Amino acid sequence: MPHDDAHGHHHDHDHDHPHVHGGADHHPHRPDADDTLTYCRQLEIAVRELLVEKGHLTRDEIRGAVERMDARGPHLGAAVVAKAWTDPAFKARLLADGSAACQEAGITFDQSTRLIVVENTPEAHNLVVCTLCSCYPRMVLGLPPDWYKSRAYRSRAVREPRSVLREFGTELPDSVAVRVHDSTADMRYLVLPMRPASTEGWSEAQLAALVSRDSMIGVTTVKAP
Amino acid sequence: MTRFATGDPVAVRRGNPPGHLRTPFYIRGKHGVVERICGEFRNPEELAYGRNGEPKQVLYRVRFGQKDIWPDYAGPAGDTIDIELYEHWLEPTP
Repeated sequence: MPHDDAHGHHHDHDHDHPHVHGGADHHPHRPDADDTLTYCRQLEIAVRELLVEKGHLTRDEIRGAVERMDARGPHLGAAVVAKAWTDPAFKARLLADGSAACQEAGITFDQSTRLIVVENTPEAHNLVVCTLCSCYPRMVLGLPPDWYKSRAYRSRAVREPRSVLREFGTELPDSVAVRVHDSTADMRYLVLPMRPASTEGWSEAQLAALVSRDSMIGVTTVKAP
Repeated sequence: MTRFATGDPVAVRRGNPPGHLRTPFYIRGKHGVVERICGEFRNPEELAYGRNGEPKQVLYRVRFGQKDIWPDYAGPAGDTIDIELYEHWLEPTP
């Protein structure tokens, strides 16, 4: 399929050892990553080919949809966070209705799901998980990182969130409540991190560059440079 | 009209019916408080089987104290879990 994780053959080792290309000591080839036609991959190809043959979709429409999915990423959420930090009226609208405020900021929602924005404060830190599967605010963050989908994160984020946070380098005093959000149905969640103290007068673009994906999932905070 | 209002105490049903469920096992039987009403959505537990998901179900966000979910929870008493639950999974606290 056009949207897979196969990257072909990589020379990702250091080339500081002597070896002769084409010689007897040629290093072994790594197997290609795209040679397994699993059941689901086969099904996807079959359905895609049928949709094209029957005229429901064109190949260019499929390619375009994949390109749009791949173009979404944490830069979208970071821009929203930076705008909320600099524009109190926008922040109020964002916390009241995340979907509407993000669409106002130019982000397209092509799912029926809605976005809830949860604000970190000196009293409360928010952490997002989907224990049932891997629901993720793709409209503002793109595709989820692999650890977000792992059984370990999904089970531990609700059972021992402070240990998980510590492993991400986030130490919170007991005076800060940890609020876990389990994304089980039609809502998606974006954490609005706290703005670092030493950033007065910064532009939205400068601020957005500080905002990491992980801070918007809630496993870390935004640090001053 | 929704059955519950923001701030209402609710209990999660203990049911364990077969099929596609959107209420995680760890929260069944636990008591929490409605944090907000999210609106009405087609029931995903019906949509999963190709049915139309009607009538729509009210979706709530319910807040639970961590220590009410895990008695041996290691963090402070103020830590919480908010979770989305459909109305048919909720009942008034006894």
